[in-house]
Amino acid sequence: MNIRFDKLGVVIAAISAYAAFAAPFATFRANRIVPGQARSILEALPATIGALLLAIIVVAALIALFRTPLVLRLAASVVALAALALLVGVAGTFLTPAGNTFARVSPASGFWILIFAFTLLLADVLTRLNLSPWGRVGVLVAASAAIGLLLISGSWNDLSILKEYANRADSFWAEGSKHVTLALGSLAAAVIVGLPLGILCHRVERLRAGVLNVLNIIQTIPSIALFGLLIAPLGWVATHVPGAAALGIRGVGTAPAFVALFLYSLLPVVANTVVGLAGVPRAANDAARGMGMTDRQRLFGVEFPLAFPVILTGIRIVLVQNIGLATIAALIGGGGFGVFVFQGVGQTAMDLVLLGAVPTVALAFAAAIILDAVIEMTATKRRVETA
Amino acid sequence: MKAWLPLLLRLALVVLLVAFVTNPGWFEPLLKPLTENNAPVIYNQGSLLTLTLLHLRTVLIATVAATIVAVALAILVTRPAGAEFLPLSRSLVNIGQTFPPVAVLALAVPAVGFGEKPTLIALFLYGLLPIFENALTGLTTLPANVVEAARGAGMTGWQRLTKVELPLSAPIILGGIRLSVVISLATATIGSTVAAKTLGEVIIAGLLSNNLAFILQGGLIVAALAVLIYDGLSAIERYTARRMGREAA
Repeated sequence: MNIRFDKLGVVIAAISAYAAFAAPFATFRANRIVPGQARSILEALPATIGALLLAIIVVAALIALFRTPLVLRLAASVVALAALALLVGVAGTFLTPAGNTFARVSPASGFWILIFAFTLLLADVLTRLNLSPWGRVGVLVAASAAIGLLLISGSWNDLSILKEYANRADSFWAEGSKHVTLALGSLAAAVIVGLPLGILCHRVERLRAGVLNVLNIIQTIPSIALFGLLIAPLGWVATHVPGAAALGIRGVGTAPAFVALFLYSLLPVVANTVVGLAGVPRAANDAARGMGMTDRQRLFGVEFPLAFPVILTGIRIVLVQNIGLATIAALIGGGGFGVFVFQGVGQTAMDLVLLGAVPTVALAFAAAIILDAVIEMTATKRRVETA
Repeated sequence: MKAWLPLLLRLALVVLLVAFVTNPGWFEPLLKPLTENNAPVIYNQGSLLTLTLLHLRTVLIATVAATIVAVALAILVTRPAGAEFLPLSRSLVNIGQTFPPVAVLALAVPAVGFGEKPTLIALFLYGLLPIFENALTGLTTLPANVVEAARGAGMTGWQRLTKVELPLSAPIILGGIRLSVVISLATATIGSTVAAKTLGEVIIAGLLSNNLAFILQGGLIVAALAVLIYDGLSAIERYTARRMGREAA
């Protein structure tokens, strides 16, 4: 029999061997800010469960190491990830002394490296399977449902990040909805303003360079400075324009964050609209003109549908970027998940940082996958229609 | 006459920037109206020049490291031996871009402590992506006849890489570096939330003491640096593109 190694599998097997046998699986701390003590897999879990987890990791790593069928690799990565996710909760319960509410158990480097290794395997399998856009969204939904079930079932409740959450459940959802409103609201505003501006720039060549240059320069202003610079003009508007304060416009808080995100969002939307419209084949335009279409008909019937995938790409860039940038709004009292990140950095409480960072990353990631799928669907639809 | 104008504007910007960071006192009357209650007008907890140089140093170290790693990775996945990694590396680049800089910074702190290191890690990770993407584009869109000719001339794989493929992709790779530097210049300011010595310190001091003059001077120095470096790198890019007879992306 001819045994062949998988190149990526060698990497995965090496890092998971290190993580499983040499790195700590969980960290135990007597309270939330003292330095922690490392616990290996066998120390962090009841003996039989610990041995079972090690066995699962070894088998999954071996499946990755050799050239094995894709379905087997898929199963190995999913089983390993599920076991890790379930058992890290068990480690939390096992390591926390009964009735002790100060002790904190958090996943340690070994756990994160193992998650990384098997996510790499899963990502490789999914890439090789070449899933359809709907398939990718399906995987995302399934993964979110699994994580949601774990959260609802309470099996992670003894982990420190959820203890931080339990202390702040109300503000978590309030900041979360602020975060989403900021990111989506500024995107909507940027699309409403940016699309017509992009069309105008496409039609009127003299405007194009000027508008794009100004928007380019706005992008170079660091986000924290732009947030800060908007405090003064908005404060002035709030005190001098009647009714502005009633609309919630104030110097500090959500208003400057919203305007800053809006300004950053304009460039990708306008630039991609211009690029998309410029990429419309001349023949399509000529044919439309020849058919006697008016300018407006041509715009909505021909140019816009053809440029749509490129414009959507701009919107994807903006959405992912806004979800990340909205964390900085917390510095000027704008709320969002950044509140927990900066509080956590201030108190050197890393679980609190995670409480802010994990949902942000998850949101950005989900937004990227969904919009990528939509872009691919519109692009293939266009190819089918034009073919 | 018209061709001179942009060059003149840039020169003026350089002069202004150098004058500001070396002698900020000269500009005090300009910024004075932005402060209230006799607050200091010019950042007074450190020299602007030192902070600017530290800011540039942080960006430079991160970009050089990112360039070396990203180009090496792109070369690896475009060789026959590494071709297996190509699709995966593409999806990893896509995933990597979804991590917000603040999260990377904050999560790097427990591993490496406060200060410059977490900033370098975040800038390095952010710098990797655009350079890797462009290097990949450059190396995979080489004109096939040129590569064939090099093979036909009896060049070894290494010779083809260093004498044909890399020089031909240089303008596109430079485009990635330019993008990465501009992103890093702005992102480095966020590093000051975890105590890195960058121009972000000035901006954050302004946010904390409600001093608009501080925010403006910190922000404008970074923006001016970004515009100038962007222009400079674009010029180098056009020059190499002309020499290689290839359109810059």
